[in-house]
Amino acid sequence: MNIIFFYITVIAYLLATFISIAYLIFHNDKVIKVANSAILAGFVFHTLTIISRWFEASRAPFANLHEVLSLFSWMVVIIYLLIYLRYKVAVIGTFVAPLAFLLITTASFLPKEIIPLAPSLESYWLPIHVSLAFLGNGFFAMTFLLGIMYLIQEHYLKSRKVGGLYFLLPSLDILDELSYKCLTYGFPLLTIAMITGAIWAEYVWGSYWSWEPRQTWSLITWFLYAALLHGRLTVGWRGRKAAIYSIVSFLILVGSFAMIKIFSWGAHAVFK
Amino acid sequence: MLMILASGSIYCYPQVAETNMHIVVVGLSHKTAPIEIREKLSFPSQTIGEPLNRLCSSYGINEGVIISTCNRVEVFAVTREFEKGLWQVKKFLSDYHNIPLQELDEHLYSHTSEDAVKHLFRVCSGLDSMVLGEPQILGQAKDSYGYSLQHHTAGVIINKLFHKAFSVAKRIRTETKIGSNAVSISYAAVELAKKIFSSLTDKTVMLIGAGEMAELAAKHLLSNGVQEILVANRTYEKAVEMARGFKGTPIMFREFTHYLKRVDIVIVSTAAPKYIIHPEQIEDVIKERKNRPMFFIDISVPRNVDPQINNIDNIYLYNVDDLQGVVAANLKERAKEAQAAEAIINEEIDKFYRWVKSLDVVPTIVALKKRFEDIRKGEIEKALSMMNALNEKDKEAIDAMTKAIINKIVHNPVAHLKKETDKVEGDFYIEAARRLFDLDKEEEQELPKTKEEG
Repeated sequence: MNIIFFYITVIAYLLATFISIAYLIFHNDKVIKVANSAILAGFVFHTLTIISRWFEASRAPFANLHEVLSLFSWMVVIIYLLIYLRYKVAVIGTFVAPLAFLLITTASFLPKEIIPLAPSLESYWLPIHVSLAFLGNGFFAMTFLLGIMYLIQEHYLKSRKVGGLYFLLPSLDILDELSYKCLTYGFPLLTIAMITGAIWAEYVWGSYWSWEPRQTWSLITWFLYAALLHGRLTVGWRGRKAAIYSIVSFLILVGSFAMIKIFSWGAHAVFK
Repeated sequence: MLMILASGSIYCYPQVAETNMHIVVVGLSHKTAPIEIREKLSFPSQTIGEPLNRLCSSYGINEGVIISTCNRVEVFAVTREFEKGLWQVKKFLSDYHNIPLQELDEHLYSHTSEDAVKHLFRVCSGLDSMVLGEPQILGQAKDSYGYSLQHHTAGVIINKLFHKAFSVAKRIRTETKIGSNAVSISYAAVELAKKIFSSLTDKTVMLIGAGEMAELAAKHLLSNGVQEILVANRTYEKAVEMARGFKGTPIMFREFTHYLKRVDIVIVSTAAPKYIIHPEQIEDVIKERKNRPMFFIDISVPRNVDPQINNIDNIYLYNVDDLQGVVAANLKERAKEAQAAEAIINEEIDKFYRWVKSLDVVPTIVALKKRFEDIRKGEIEKALSMMNALNEKDKEAIDAMTKAIINKIVHNPVAHLKKETDKVEGDFYIEAARRLFDLDKEEEQELPKTKEEG
């Protein structure tokens, strides 16, 4: 059942992506509403996917790569929906849809069978750790998208040649503020995820910290975002600089995650 | 409602009757006629009553509206025969202004029926305006329609037509972004500020120098809620005087640099022959501001702000040419929206013509009879289901009796409708019948707000 829901979700995000592109071309407000409805529909089926898989696996479906990518995509979408409810900036959806689609499509190429977990890994720390980590990553993904939007809008304003997306994108101020807000949510979540991860590591392997690649890289990411937060709070980093920094940090985060999975480094590879 | 019925064509006396009404328009605009011709043909609003009455006393013209602005003169008329009607309107224009028709004809355009309706919808929505999507024309059209109500030259068709045109214009304004991007330099500056800062309410503006465009931009920023305006001028008295106008604060010209760090938007428009704002200076300011963005608008020629400052992070500098470029881009964006507006217009023309067709007598009579029959059937079913004691024959008798009642009630209205429809007032009878018995219930109804407009 979860596989059917999964493919409906993929199709909904694909449609949302196409409609979003149409909006960026035609600038018609009705189109963005349709795009957002498609995202919402995708989100509903995505939620059903996760719930049904949870029942079918009799465990939290946050273990293998297919599952966590799907979870990641879900987190990005729910964060967007929350931002939309609060700020009504619908155009962000046109950037969220392609990312959600990309993540879930990658997940669709990975083995989807439900594999029982090794009993040693079964613990309630698993869903807590993984969901917190990916909620944090979802916020970082949002700072990445907002960073791209900021750079596009800033380019129009700096070059003094307005047109195209200039009319659709919100003000630099809002983009920067939202990016900062996402960072202030993402960073504590990453911190808690690392702590819960360490507790779980202690529970499973008997050691809080073993410098295995996943842990090392999350520490590196943690420092990156800590520096950004510090820069924003004290030195007055903002705008373009912060946008570029957010984009690079997220690429490093995703890159390290992909490398670890591809080359099966370290203990986290047991979930592959 | 009563007013509409009463306001009809008192001065537009019935001519030879034919079944259908035609809407025609004859006009000229900035697209077809130079200003010399337009001014000769204009109708001053103070004395509009006379031409309106003269128009409607022309043979075959029942209702009329004259829209006269500096960019256009449009005469809308309702006539029974459109070829004669068109000719009458043209003749009216030529006679009234004493210009031979041959001389006039090359500048005139004319539309009939759907095309005339479409033309009015486009005019009211600003699609035919010199500046695409400008809103003033709607107000002018409303005034013109008001004069026609005042002088009793607006009847049922003109009423419906103009109310429809106003609602179409409103719909286009809300559903498309035809009017949303600035087409003046000073307003373009405000929009840019909103793309940088989003909310202007906690922002401070500094106006250096004076000048029409700069002051206009400052005024627009003020009406968009900026918190404070600082005014600097080489002559301090001038600064004080201007500051009073903006409810701002005058500052000494030589001290303006000290204030820069608390200013978000700087409008520069002085007669200085050289740059008065330099990159080194601004680099310090932006550091002090912790990189909070600044927006410089340099309206002076020669320029007063070193263009190099645009290279500093979080500084945005626009000069007059840049703003002109923004306006050009905005107009292009409006043209895009105009396509969506045209689609709305076509949709609304269909709706309008559905209404015009409903003014035909036959469908009205059919609908009226159906309405009564529906009521009769509903009631008789309800009643008979409770009267179990009756046999079939009794039931038939009751059925026949109710039918007879209905037929008697309907007979007179139908006979009158058929008779009156051959006269000009026929439309009022039909319209009244449709309203009294709710015959248009299934269709969208917009009741004209005659009182407000009249």
